[in-house]
Amino acid sequence: MSEAARESRRAGRLTASPAILLLFIWMIVPLAFTVYFSTQNYLLLDPENRGFAGLENFSYFLSSSSFLNSLVTTLKLVGSVLVITVVLGVLISVLVDAKFPGQGVVRMLLISPFFIMPTVSALIWKNLLMNPVSGLFAWLFQLVGLTPINWFSDWPLLSIIIIVSWEWLPFAILIFVTSLQSMDQEQKEAAQMDGATPVSIFRYLTLPHLARPIAVVVMVEAIFLLNIFAEIFTTTSGGPGDATTNLPYLVFTQALLEFDVGTASAGGLVAVVLANVVAALLLRVFGKSLTQA
Amino acid sequence: MKKSFAARTAFGLGLLLGSGSALAATTLTIGTVNNGDMVRMQALSKTYTEQHPDVELRWVVLEENTLRQRLTTDITTGGGQFDIITIGAYEAPMWGRKNWLLPLEKFSPTYDVDDLMPNVRKQLSVDGKLRALPFYSEGSITYYRTDLFAAKGLKMPEEPTWTEIRGFAEKLHDPSKNVYGICLRGKAGWGENMALVTTIVNAYGGRWFDEKWQPQLTTPEWSQAVNFYVDLLSKFGPPGPSSNGFNENLTLFNAGKCAMWVDASVAGAFVTDKTQSQVPDKVGFVKAPRQVTPKGSSWLWTWALAVPTSSKQQQAAFDFIQWATSKEYANLVAKRHGISAMPPGTRLSTYANAEYMKATPFARVTQEAIQTANPDSPTLKPVPYTGVQFATIPEFQAIGTLVGKSISGALTGSTKVDAELKTLNESVQRTMKRAGYFK
Repeated sequence: MSEAARESRRAGRLTASPAILLLFIWMIVPLAFTVYFSTQNYLLLDPENRGFAGLENFSYFLSSSSFLNSLVTTLKLVGSVLVITVVLGVLISVLVDAKFPGQGVVRMLLISPFFIMPTVSALIWKNLLMNPVSGLFAWLFQLVGLTPINWFSDWPLLSIIIIVSWEWLPFAILIFVTSLQSMDQEQKEAAQMDGATPVSIFRYLTLPHLARPIAVVVMVEAIFLLNIFAEIFTTTSGGPGDATTNLPYLVFTQALLEFDVGTASAGGLVAVVLANVVAALLLRVFGKSLTQA
Repeated sequence: MKKSFAARTAFGLGLLLGSGSALAATTLTIGTVNNGDMVRMQALSKTYTEQHPDVELRWVVLEENTLRQRLTTDITTGGGQFDIITIGAYEAPMWGRKNWLLPLEKFSPTYDVDDLMPNVRKQLSVDGKLRALPFYSEGSITYYRTDLFAAKGLKMPEEPTWTEIRGFAEKLHDPSKNVYGICLRGKAGWGENMALVTTIVNAYGGRWFDEKWQPQLTTPEWSQAVNFYVDLLSKFGPPGPSSNGFNENLTLFNAGKCAMWVDASVAGAFVTDKTQSQVPDKVGFVKAPRQVTPKGSSWLWTWALAVPTSSKQQQAAFDFIQWATSKEYANLVAKRHGISAMPPGTRLSTYANAEYMKATPFARVTQEAIQTANPDSPTLKPVPYTGVQFATIPEFQAIGTLVGKSISGALTGSTKVDAELKTLNESVQRTMKRAGYFK
């Protein structure tokens, strides 16, 4: 490397460092506070009982039945939404990849839910669609003589899964459609000439081509889905019972409904660790297809 | 004596500065809950600022849970964002004891502090000194539809039992005509479903803790009460009761969909208001149901205004809360919105006012509910805590939230009540042990 290049690299580092430092502080300060509070007896309403608690907050959090339940709920939620968005995403994107009139408009409509705020879409689902008395679904059910489903009481987790899938499906479609457009058309035509059926083209050409975008979708969505909060907060508030309490909602309950900052901080750290475990696992499973050139 | 030019200039300047500071606005930040009565206070406070041009009011109006989060985090960390806060009977004595709230003394001569209902006053005091002033108070009462009762030839007793209520609900439940036997709170929360459930448990002779702070959720009283509540509401309630709180039930009742409703007496003004209720003249009012005992079968709650010790405008804030809880304010409401809209439950003079008693069909039963509730001895068996539908200890927030969530879940039929109560009892025990109530 020439002296000039080295010089410019040094200057680059120097100018970038304040921003990096700021970002670092931005992340490290809240994390440090969380670590500190997780070792403290810190019930907001009871300042006399403050002090060092050691690992008690962690053992209290990990041994509560709510924790195990919220963990299972989190995994069910993330897993179901991933499966739904990937499967439906692949199918829909293959369908809209074919040429038909109004293709542009249909694609636009398919992607539009992604731009709606989570709270807004949750409220629309709760009040306009899934409401057992005045919702659209209830009206449709009554139209054909069926009793309307009481979504948030009888199928709470399924309702949340449907709402979240609806929000994230457009993202999957967007990625898959973009990828399908870059597919080698000659290869497809050659296969057709050799008499390959659409199913086998899908099986042996399209799907392998989509392996990388699928990996991208799974990784990106998993990170966001582990933190689903607004949809639960606006619809079921974690209930009925604790049917829809995932980890972020449990931590929220402890911090701002029970004002137990110590346990909530411990819970927050547990959630961070679990998110990293999931990310590492996903990298192992899907990372391979990302690194393949 | 001839004054020097300098002295005169200084005097003039002083006068200017002095008058400047007298005109400088005192800004009071008020945190309050979005209940109808408080929203009304916000509108009527113009009258106060007209009388006090030096005072400017800044309102932060929030939904109950959010308000509680904001106020609790602010006051416990000494943030000092608020000069006036709206708190309940749960917070006032606890926060007062910790000296987070200004002790209220030296009332203005017209305030008439002795006119405040003794029970309400006690609820907001620490060592006999008020820490918050009551804005409105409520007990729980039974609302019922006189037309539906008459149509079936039923008669509601003055002091019904829960068993009788169940009988009525069974006879009046008619979902095909959009009428449900009974509407009750099912939404989780220590201030939502647990307020009602605790009064049912009390009526069945139960209590939250025994004298040694041991949780009592596995006792037969709890089992009977909770099983009864779940059965009653799932069989004769509206669909999806686990998401219905006070406001949702009020809407249902006003739309004529509930034959009965047991809830806060403050709803009396709303269900009889022609502008918002479809059944304003078909509502009857009796006491909240008792069962084994009437003790603790009606709750006692007060929304009150207080001044945090962290406020820098304590005197101005105290002046405002005196105005907002005064007879003068009540009369202003009566003048603008009708006499039955006066803030209920706080002042003896309101209930001594023949005109009010005549215009307000729920006044007598409200007064009785508030006067007979005894937060110091709320249950049949003795307890170590105060509070009828809650225990005034910092840990209750967590306990009530947890138990409320489970009982709300039981309404969907996915859990067995007795097994659930056993698990809950263990969790509550764990919380109490951790907080050092016992070893």
